[in-house]
Amino acid sequence: MPGEIVVIGGGPAGLAAAAAASDAGCRQVLLIERDRELGGILNQCVHDGFGNLIFGGSMTGPEYAHRFIREVRQRPAIAVLTGTMVLSLARDRRLTYVNRDGVREIQPGAVILAMGCRERSRFQAFIPGYRPAGVYTAGTAQRLINMEGVMPGENAVILGSGDVGLIMARRLTLEGANVLGVFEIAPRPGGLTRNVVQCLDDFQIPLFLEHTVTFIHGKKRLTGVSVAPLDRAGKPDLTRERFIACDTLILSVGLIPENELSRQAGLILDPVSRGPVVDQEMSCSVPGIYAGGNVVHVHDLVDYVSHTARLAGRGAQRFLEGRTPAGRVIMQAGENVSYIIPQSITLPVSETVDLYLRVREARRSVHLKITHQGNVLKQKIERIVRPPEMIHLALEPALLTGLSDGHTVSITVSGGEPA
Amino acid sequence: MKSTKTITCINCPLGCTVTVSPGLDGLSVSGNECKHGETYALQEYRAPQRVLTGTVRIEGAFLPRLPVKSEAPLAKELLPLAARELDRISIRAPVSCGTVIASNLAGSGINLIATRDLD
Repeated sequence: MPGEIVVIGGGPAGLAAAAAASDAGCRQVLLIERDRELGGILNQCVHDGFGNLIFGGSMTGPEYAHRFIREVRQRPAIAVLTGTMVLSLARDRRLTYVNRDGVREIQPGAVILAMGCRERSRFQAFIPGYRPAGVYTAGTAQRLINMEGVMPGENAVILGSGDVGLIMARRLTLEGANVLGVFEIAPRPGGLTRNVVQCLDDFQIPLFLEHTVTFIHGKKRLTGVSVAPLDRAGKPDLTRERFIACDTLILSVGLIPENELSRQAGLILDPVSRGPVVDQEMSCSVPGIYAGGNVVHVHDLVDYVSHTARLAGRGAQRFLEGRTPAGRVIMQAGENVSYIIPQSITLPVSETVDLYLRVREARRSVHLKITHQGNVLKQKIERIVRPPEMIHLALEPALLTGLSDGHTVSITVSGGEPA
Repeated sequence: MKSTKTITCINCPLGCTVTVSPGLDGLSVSGNECKHGETYALQEYRAPQRVLTGTVRIEGAFLPRLPVKSEAPLAKELLPLAARELDRISIRAPVSCGTVIASNLAGSGINLIATRDLD
């Protein structure tokens, strides 16, 4: 259907994108979710801390999902297919999906990618050892405990201090398990400060920085792990290796945007963010394909996921109505910037452009500067920047009047001292 | 008499290490870079509070666990006790988001409420 928008994924991004597409005037939105219900990963995130930016108050994951599911249900233009998996997506937006009724092929007028991200496993983190039961990614353990009612084990070691790992340290403790320690390869925790304080410090769970798991023991069930501190070269110092008896190893070693379909469709992916490159309306490199949320890059707050997905919903509808680009400006990541979303700005610009960026290294008192042909468009001093905390900047249309096709805008985070 | 405590502020990425110590004329706070740090550190020093989140058993639903939370923050030291109370609760579906599941959690006077619809 040429007037139809298909949204792939019914988590926070897909829900917000579908509602926004409907609000922008799309009369036919199809939201496809592979799980049996909408809500995505929020359904298993029973802890609170969601929605501070959008709703001005802290809510749990299921409550946050509930608000958006209600928005979707209230919009008659949106049809929902749960228990349905998209198998393929082509450049011309032809897509096939499968569910109980069989396999179908459709070709909507626009597609919004909202598949979220997935966890890195022990094999992507290259942890040597045996392959016993008892090794889980943090998200799997979270689903088992919070939704399936199954405890993964009694004595747990956690590798990686990303937010999900920290949250699981608290959940396991409150459910009666012993968390023997969180081991982090970096010199700083990977998660938000509030999670280090409220999930580890509150329960006296030790955090070992610059440490890693060096071996997984046990033939059938996990019997323990070897851990070691890093030496000066950043390699595990095996002379100081020690054994910790445990039956559970939880891995919180990073998230990767889920982009199998994006690759099939021939979208250009950003090697650093690992998601499709997008413009300020969340249009990917193939016309008519849009993306929002963690499929684009891994966000630290769900509020931003909802926000970028709404942009994608509006953008897709604008595409259906006939958008006429008048040029493209490249956003260039300069000093201490690892990536910027969006990677380009499509001209003309009529609304404020939200920029999201991450730094490479933590520094204090830095000078953040956005320049275009030697002119400073915007600058500010940040007291601290850290890789886990995304930086958000708004570029008002008035700042962007001098841009034209082929120009470059660069962003640098310079000066300051190591934090 | 309480002793000196150091508290990591969670209000922003700075994560100031704030020291609260009792003096002759009340508590003194240092190490914070802004007012939020002082407010937070004093609250944490006097009476730290947390919202308890978790799950309870549910029967007759397509999932065996219902997510719940305390309707208001509890005194932090009550968390382990309140968590054990959750273990003993079992309810029947259907339940809607916001339904009171239990009252007076760990003697705090605070309700436990469901955080999703489940049937």
